[in-house]
Amino acid sequence: MTLSFRKSLLTAAALAGIFCIGAPVQAVRAEAEAEVVSATNPTVLRRLTQLQYKNIIADIFGADIKIGGRFEPDMRENGLLELGAGRASIPAAGLAQYANMARSVSAQVLDEKHRASFVACTPANVKASDDACARQFLADAGQLLYRRPLQDGELGDLVAGAKLSADTLKDFYAGLEVPLATMLQSPEFLFRWEVRAPNGGNKDAWQIDAYSKASRLSFFLWNSAPDTKLLTAAKNGDLDTPKGVAREVERMLGSPRLEAGVRAFFYDMFGLDSLTSLTKDTTLYPKYSFKIAADAEEQTLRTIVDVVLTQNGDYRDIFTTRKTFLTRQLGTVYGVPIVGAAAGGTPDGWQPYEFPEGDSRAGILIQPGFLALHSHPGRTSPTLRGKALRESVLCQRVPDPPGNVNFNVVQDTTDPNYKTVRQRLQAHATEAMCTGCHKITDPIGLAMENYDTIGSYRAKENGAPIDTSGTIDGVAFSDAAGLAKAIHDHPATASCLVNRVYSYAVGRTPTAGERDWLKQEAGKAFAASGYKIVPLLRKITLHEAFFRVAPPEGVPTKAAALSPEAGR
Amino acid sequence: MTNLSRRAALRGVLAGSAVSVALPFLDCFLNTNGTALAATGAPLPNRFGTWFWGCGMNPGFWEPKQVGANYEMPELLKALAPYRKNVTVFSGLKTFLDGNPLVPHSSGARGVLIAAAGKEPDPSIDVLVADAIGSTTRFRSIEVSTTSYASHTQSRRSPSVINSSETSPLALYQRLFGAEFQDPNAADFTPDPKVMVRKSVLSAIKDQRDRLNTMVGAADKARIDEYFTSLRQIEQEMELQLSKPAPLDACTKPGEPAANALTGGTDIEIGTATHKLFAKLMAHAIACDQTRVINVSFSDGPSSLRRNGVATTHHIYTHEEQIDEKLGYQPHAHEFERLVIEAFAALPEALSSIKEGDGTLLDRTLVMLNSECGLAKHHSLDNIPVFLVGGAGGRIKTGYHLASLGDPVSRVGLTVQQAFGMPINTWGHGSLRTSRPFTELLV
Repeated sequence: MTLSFRKSLLTAAALAGIFCIGAPVQAVRAEAEAEVVSATNPTVLRRLTQLQYKNIIADIFGADIKIGGRFEPDMRENGLLELGAGRASIPAAGLAQYANMARSVSAQVLDEKHRASFVACTPANVKASDDACARQFLADAGQLLYRRPLQDGELGDLVAGAKLSADTLKDFYAGLEVPLATMLQSPEFLFRWEVRAPNGGNKDAWQIDAYSKASRLSFFLWNSAPDTKLLTAAKNGDLDTPKGVAREVERMLGSPRLEAGVRAFFYDMFGLDSLTSLTKDTTLYPKYSFKIAADAEEQTLRTIVDVVLTQNGDYRDIFTTRKTFLTRQLGTVYGVPIVGAAAGGTPDGWQPYEFPEGDSRAGILIQPGFLALHSHPGRTSPTLRGKALRESVLCQRVPDPPGNVNFNVVQDTTDPNYKTVRQRLQAHATEAMCTGCHKITDPIGLAMENYDTIGSYRAKENGAPIDTSGTIDGVAFSDAAGLAKAIHDHPATASCLVNRVYSYAVGRTPTAGERDWLKQEAGKAFAASGYKIVPLLRKITLHEAFFRVAPPEGVPTKAAALSPEAGR
Repeated sequence: MTNLSRRAALRGVLAGSAVSVALPFLDCFLNTNGTALAATGAPLPNRFGTWFWGCGMNPGFWEPKQVGANYEMPELLKALAPYRKNVTVFSGLKTFLDGNPLVPHSSGARGVLIAAAGKEPDPSIDVLVADAIGSTTRFRSIEVSTTSYASHTQSRRSPSVINSSETSPLALYQRLFGAEFQDPNAADFTPDPKVMVRKSVLSAIKDQRDRLNTMVGAADKARIDEYFTSLRQIEQEMELQLSKPAPLDACTKPGEPAANALTGGTDIEIGTATHKLFAKLMAHAIACDQTRVINVSFSDGPSSLRRNGVATTHHIYTHEEQIDEKLGYQPHAHEFERLVIEAFAALPEALSSIKEGDGTLLDRTLVMLNSECGLAKHHSLDNIPVFLVGGAGGRIKTGYHLASLGDPVSRVGLTVQQAFGMPINTWGHGSLRTSRPFTELLV
């Protein structure tokens, strides 16, 4: 044990080069035994999500740069795309798509219209290479794309690439496109790296390095790459002090870009990415179109942002607020005419709208962005709606159905004896094998049965009145609004959010120690703040362990030192 | 020659299959039988495909009554009657869970295509075959989904490298036959200097590999390796673009699909029409040796296919529709099963319409057609329908019905790998591990 331990320590030091592990092995171990184990967190390598890719290009090169092509589908894991990003790699066909996008973006950035905005220098001869000018551009763009300064060797390779390309193609700018496109398909750009570094004098408390901290903060709060100020703070060492981190976090929380970050989180948490490809039967629902799906996504996000940022309100109010925003198309789903630009409307066709007191349209669960998303193309599904609510809002896991279930008891939808879904599901739930899970999902899904598969109101199904009453975890309700109120007050609603926000920030599910902290400290602080989002983001980012990670493999941890095998 | 091509060539030799990108396929170069190249005796290339649909088939209506050759085409497979001599039916095969939980409409597909009962991280069979036969073509494989979902795919190199599907025929056309297509029969050839510099500058990424590997833990290292595997494939694609392709008699460029061409959808009629467009493009891609492996997903596992104007999907029918006592099956679900096979028929049609050597592309393209369950009503993992359609250039006998009594379904995948000359004796995990190919089919 000691031998391999010493050997791997040396190997790690030799490989890393930049690290300085000078302390004798025995001394490190003694020190390790004296302190409490605190950090076993792994680093996480995350693939950029589609949204992040688009945000970065828009932030660095402007929103008018078009991004064509097909993205690799984001992967969802444990309820979040951001966790799936920590699992995904890139297949060859996907990398070919990234390469196409990279070439298209580079060609636009360096076309006649845009080049002056990004290339500060002028080449000596536009038909030949110019190393100095290429170097300047590539260093600037490279630092923003890689979220850290380029190393000399890297930059040298890219400048050499610009030279070869410009001289071959006899065009300075066309030559510059090639290394720029190369960076855009590099793993340094397409993945978010977390580099470990020892934390000052405390050799057992490893952290991610300053540039990795900048990225973690920036993707968490803005869903994009760090800006120049944040990179400068990393360079100056500001992100290695609590005071410096606090200053940057305050700047970021106060920035208008916070909205993009908050929207990205809720887009992820509520699975709104699936709306992009949501199809409905257009013969049965001729109103439905992809425009409605796109508006449904935007409506839910606008409703959330209004509560948690604009009003700086209680997170749980997103489930009960009567205020929302509508477009003309959404108005057709709601049966609410939206004409012209009413007071408070915006030029893009969005208008604030408030449902009257007592209306069962309350909060984001009674919006098409939830109702239509968790339905079949031609009919509702209380089971899917109930399952989605349990899983995405309350962080409860609903098990998959067992194998070899006999569905004979489920009746044909055309059976005149069973007009409503409730009746059909009740017949189904008489089967002992099914009833366990359906009890978890169906009663809450049935509360939303007044809303059809695209989210329009209906009083009856097949001519029969709809019973929307039920209970959730012991709390009774009579309709969707009552369910929404019960969700608002459900203890899991707040704890689920805290857990999801943290997982989203660090790119993995919390460790046992972190879960404890989230429950005891972050959760209580969240409640004490009146369930406000911004203080929660601050609490998490300023937590002293937020950047902490386990030492690199081969470097001793206290856990290893304290284990029974240690030293044998 | 780079390390990559050396490795690829070596693998080709080991696998006993031809490495023949630089070899012409004009009839005058063929031997007198039209089955191989006269100069070297290397056979024309064989190709592989997978074709997946969800929600299985009603037992009793797709298995031929007779075993062996000359079986009578059963009711649900009627659309394949014109290709009967190229259709081998496997009945009675099953998959196993070995104590792992059933993931409905997914576990079964893993059994057939990965030979895994649980969460083993192995590649799907198309990737294994593509690594053996597809390393000299521009695209190692082509994946399409006829629904509008890129995530509807069964192809993966690992759990973190999912080969997502192309959903638009126009996009596929542009990828295959757009500006970067090198017509093998064009009179002149000029390597594109842009491709030359791109390829050269890519080495800046490769040079970072060692440094990147020191920055991550073991799990992430595997993902970085996967990235670099993909990068090598892209590089190889560029190498091919820079060398004059050998003329291919069978190769013609297909017409470009209209800009408003269908882009799939869960409406089975749209899916069927989309599939027809894809089938044509893929057949031309094979004829032009742009790829040797194709993968089609006609639906997801819990099939969301539906008829326009009908609220119920195929999946919901399989669970909720009552069995008609007189007919012995669920009428609507049954109808979907028939329509799926009718839609599939467009692929053998497209392949057999292109002549190559002494036969058609269908004779040298083996398509493995399968679902993920037997009777979907019960998520049954027994009697999963699996068919082999086409041929492997005489490496496998076709046109049989093989009935077994609960053999592991992985026997088909092992048979396929051996038909493609891969040096593999056993395949799969747990109860799906098998060393018994269908030797009666192997030539």
